Amino acid sequence: MGGRCAVPAVERHPLGARVNLLGHPQGEALLRFDNLTLGYNRHPAVHHLHGEIASGSLLAVVGPNGAGKSTLLKAIAGELRPLQGSIERSHLDRRQIAYLTQQASLDQSFPIVVHDFVAMGLWREIGAFFGLGRDRRRRVHAAIDRVGLHGLENRPIGSLSGGQLQRALFARVMLQDAPLVLLDEPYGAIDAASVRDLATLVRQWHDEGRTVIAVLHDLAHVREEYPEALLLARELVARGTPADVLSDANLQRARQRAEGHGDDTQAAVCRVDREAA
Amino acid sequence: MSDFLSSLPLFSPFVEFAFMRRALAGCLALSLGATPIGVFLMLRRMSLAGDAMSHAILPGAAIGYLIAGLSLPAMTIGGLVAGLAVALLAGGVARNTVIKEDTSLATFYLLSLSAGVLIISLRGSSVDLLHVLFGSVLALDDPALLLLGAFASLSIVALAVGLRLFVLEACDPSFLARISRLSPLAHYGFMVLLVLNLVAGFHALGTLMAVGIMILPAAAARLWVCNVAPLLLLASATAFAGSLAGLLLSYHINLPAGPAIVLTLGAIYLLSLALGPLGPLASRWRSGWHFER
Repeated sequence: MGGRCAVPAVERHPLGARVNLLGHPQGEALLRFDNLTLGYNRHPAVHHLHGEIASGSLLAVVGPNGAGKSTLLKAIAGELRPLQGSIERSHLDRRQIAYLTQQASLDQSFPIVVHDFVAMGLWREIGAFFGLGRDRRRRVHAAIDRVGLHGLENRPIGSLSGGQLQRALFARVMLQDAPLVLLDEPYGAIDAASVRDLATLVRQWHDEGRTVIAVLHDLAHVREEYPEALLLARELVARGTPADVLSDANLQRARQRAEGHGDDTQAAVCRVDREAA
Repeated sequence: MSDFLSSLPLFSPFVEFAFMRRALAGCLALSLGATPIGVFLMLRRMSLAGDAMSHAILPGAAIGYLIAGLSLPAMTIGGLVAGLAVALLAGGVARNTVIKEDTSLATFYLLSLSAGVLIISLRGSSVDLLHVLFGSVLALDDPALLLLGAFASLSIVALAVGLRLFVLEACDPSFLARISRLSPLAHYGFMVLLVLNLVAGFHALGTLMAVGIMILPAAAARLWVCNVAPLLLLASATAFAGSLAGLLLSYHINLPAGPAIVLTLGAIYLLSLALGPLGPLASRWRSGWHFER
């Protein structure tokens, strides 16, 4: 396994074998992974994923630090080429994916007001050259209202709090009107009220038939809000309903795999970049 | 109008002397073309990169000078070629090696600068070197003015058409890369505009100070406003007002024009630091006020 880099195999969980990550009954497969191995600088961070993610899924990706959750999202977004295997995106252009990263490249000191910032979500419709027009302006305002930033349209983004900025980013995602939404730890540093508000927005996206994949740390939140979860620890540990996936045994196993990997004898064979994920 | 102006002794030099009017027209072109580019240099945190690029055009201008003497087209084409070559080489090395963008640019601009000085000192005189380094804003002839005007027009049109692209590239580059195929166009298009305006600026203010009329008004304006459109307008207006004041200062107390303009712009910046609502003093002295950065 591992192609160029001979990492000794950790005993593979039976579910990690050729199974569907998700067997969503409604939609056909939006994403299909085939023996997908991801990593940086030839050091694998996620190994041998097989399976599908159905269109319309609402999927939480959980796992310890360094499990490869962000790496997986990055690969789905098409920003990381697989070391091995492939990701198939059926009928989905890279630009139809709304991807909210953990650390945005956003320059928060940039002199731009909330309205203009959120309006950039309409890029797919208006591109670089077309005007907004009254109808789209209305939609921008509606999105700003929806995330609870009403009245802050003309505030510079630099004056927003962490929670408000995250709300603005969600409003931008909303306007992107994407069939696939990827959220990487979207509730990292925001208060409970913001989490609650933004979670209803995520639920709404799901109801609208969009596929949402979110990397999350708050397991209680996952149990409450997500019909499906995927536990990752450098490889697939479990998938299914949160009640099944987030069992103590599974979480224990995930921790062991994330910690055990790259240590002791294995490190001598191939030093795995644990920070990479 | 000219009667009115000549009645004001302060402005009489523009009425009396054609070279002063030409200098002012040249500065107007730079204020409209180069200063908005300076605003984007600032917003992209590339102010020093702009300075480095201005040195990079020197050998091209020098080679043009070697071939055709003090010829406007030869030095312009030389400057454009050298500037674009450095921009592309530096960008390419930064993307494909462990050398980072700033170091990559520094290496190529130093190579370029030393080659330029070498070429000039081998074949030219120190007067020629001074012309290239410090420009000749009081000696702009018709072709030079036309060139400045043409480059400024081109630059304004390009900025107007691609404004949203340039704004997003500066504000959230990886978001732009995700949603649009035009991200490389925004980057390289901007570099082309930068080189174009540096070459225009070098005819008037020389390679050493061409960046002055880009960055100083931009930085001064940033201390007053916090939205891109007013920022662009205010910066251009500041650049023109500073140029006007600098030219008058140079005429009335007999100072070299280029440095007088740049120093005046510098003074406006220092004043903005002191008085601007986003400056360090305003927030300290008037702590009761609430300013939004």
